[in-house]
Amino acid sequence: MKNIMHPYDIRHETDMVEPLDFNRRSRLKDVDKCFKAEITNVIRLTDMEKLFQIRMVNDKDWERFIFLPGQFVMLELPGYGEIPISFSSSPSIRSTIELCIRKAGKVTQALHKAKRGAIVGLRGPFGTYFPMERMKENNILLIAGGLGLAPLRAPISFVIENRADFKEVHILYGAKEPSQLLFDYQYDAWHRIDDLNLQVIVEHPDKSWVGPVGLITRLLEDIKVPPDKTYAIVCGPPIMFKFVCKRLSEMGVPMQRMFVSLERRMHCGIGKCCRCNIGSTYSCLDGPVFDFWTVMNLKEAI
Amino acid sequence: MLFKTIKKQDLFDLYFSDVQCIGPKKVGTNYKGKPIYQFLPFSSFDEINLDYETTEYSAKTYFLPYKETLSSFQFKDDDWDQEINYRTRPRVIIGLHPCDINALVKLDKVFEKTLFPNPYYITRRQNTFVVGIDCKKSCDHGFCSSLGSYTVTHGFDLFLTDIGDRYFVKIGSDRAFNALQKIETREITKDDNELYLQTRNKFEDGLEKTVRVENLPNLLDIEFESDVWKKWGDKCLSCGTCAMVCPTCYCYGVTEHISMDFNKSDKIKQLYSCNLNDFAQVAGGHNFRPEPATRLKYRYYHQHRGFVESFGQPMCVGCNRCGRICLAGINPTDVITDLQREQKR
Repeated sequence: MKNIMHPYDIRHETDMVEPLDFNRRSRLKDVDKCFKAEITNVIRLTDMEKLFQIRMVNDKDWERFIFLPGQFVMLELPGYGEIPISFSSSPSIRSTIELCIRKAGKVTQALHKAKRGAIVGLRGPFGTYFPMERMKENNILLIAGGLGLAPLRAPISFVIENRADFKEVHILYGAKEPSQLLFDYQYDAWHRIDDLNLQVIVEHPDKSWVGPVGLITRLLEDIKVPPDKTYAIVCGPPIMFKFVCKRLSEMGVPMQRMFVSLERRMHCGIGKCCRCNIGSTYSCLDGPVFDFWTVMNLKEAI
Repeated sequence: MLFKTIKKQDLFDLYFSDVQCIGPKKVGTNYKGKPIYQFLPFSSFDEINLDYETTEYSAKTYFLPYKETLSSFQFKDDDWDQEINYRTRPRVIIGLHPCDINALVKLDKVFEKTLFPNPYYITRRQNTFVVGIDCKKSCDHGFCSSLGSYTVTHGFDLFLTDIGDRYFVKIGSDRAFNALQKIETREITKDDNELYLQTRNKFEDGLEKTVRVENLPNLLDIEFESDVWKKWGDKCLSCGTCAMVCPTCYCYGVTEHISMDFNKSDKIKQLYSCNLNDFAQVAGGHNFRPEPATRLKYRYYHQHRGFVESFGQPMCVGCNRCGRICLAGINPTDVITDLQREQKR
């Protein structure tokens, strides 16, 4: 029983920074308001993905945009549409937010043409988040596949900034090809951090690739952590986190300590339009961050 | 709840000439020769019939319009300004049946009494004076008795029950109480009470409990892979008509429309249907529910399981507008009965 029941400490709940409370009548008028933000930098990551650094036009709007790792924002491109995007930057940076965006649809294609200085609109932040406070004093596995590194970069930054609060830290990242690796300019910096294990794997190497080759689950084979003292965050395509979470379960990590981020089309971000429903759970209100036990119980999630 | 009785004719004196009035208007007859009613604006009481059986469309459109501009962007050089307008004009809707009022109460839960209250809905709801009326007899294929939505206790301003030469009136708000000052009202007597209960009992005796719904949250989970979904899904045309006539369906999509001179862009919300092909399609083209069967299943799953989980009651009110209007002949009572039968097999 000792291995099954993990002590629950209410303090972890009270320690948590609460995101903005929209559920007030006084906030009613802001429900549909887009707060103006300026693109300050556009960083090309790969052929398909760009990193947009954005800052609020009005300084006083900053207090609204306190976010927690895993949350998302509705990014409005007037004339084109509105899309949900996960925060990719550290929540402690209070001057800019960073959004990593793949060229996939109508709005993102337009956004990829946007230049520095363009004014976009932001609504948010919305959704659930990775419970970083609860994860402290534990080993942590940060696992991403493909574009999954975009939402994972927020908890990675949090862990690095609060390195002393965590035991072992493993960052595992897998992609199809070396040319699709995101944030490759940061790996060197992460590597140099003492006592932080970063491993990158690709499925189809090119001639210059010297790292490991295969699927992300291969990297898990070498990791030995006490499962009852370990949390995992897994971001990536559904097929990837299905296999990763299965492997983690075999290692003995409880399902409630594995967190995944699910993606769906959203038209409102506030639990009204029903477009993001999985089964009948709103991925904008009850998600996008779910523990794996919840995901297992959602119909049509994976 | 305060009760009064009024003379039937006096209701017409309550007529609010300074605001728009909506009521059940006859718009034609169907192939069986039955009259077709719709909730439409009227200017005189002669145009409406409070003894109507049912309407083809629900009154939802007066609270959640099929198309609505959420906000507009005005472009100026490289910048833009957003204009949001939540204001609406006051309105009176007369003749809503209990199922329609119960549907509004359910929409209140979604748009008013939940996380992120919705200002567009709230202004419309608060600015609408709702006068309800009890049905005289159960409508064709309606299964409100299964969902307990043939009575109402709140969600209206005034609620009328025909007790012969007078209306038995439930007063649901202070503005309704004030409005009644304009006409002669009578305190209810023991006889009125008796008459009211008799009328209601007579109506309730005529109802048939057609489907079981209380076991659906569990059943829908167990029968998720059932062949029943394929059977009905193959018939479904994915046209979304059911969601359009439904008094509670509220899902929507948002698109932006740029003016021809590129100076302005409107963010337009349009009611959607989970049965439409691209409902769960994401950027890049992946569709989470590509087959009509999975989309049809999702509709039932949301109405009878998801909504129960969130609000403790099904979203459906049993008006069966969707069943009557379906071009493919998919009736919710048949689908649910099929599922229940599956369980017994």
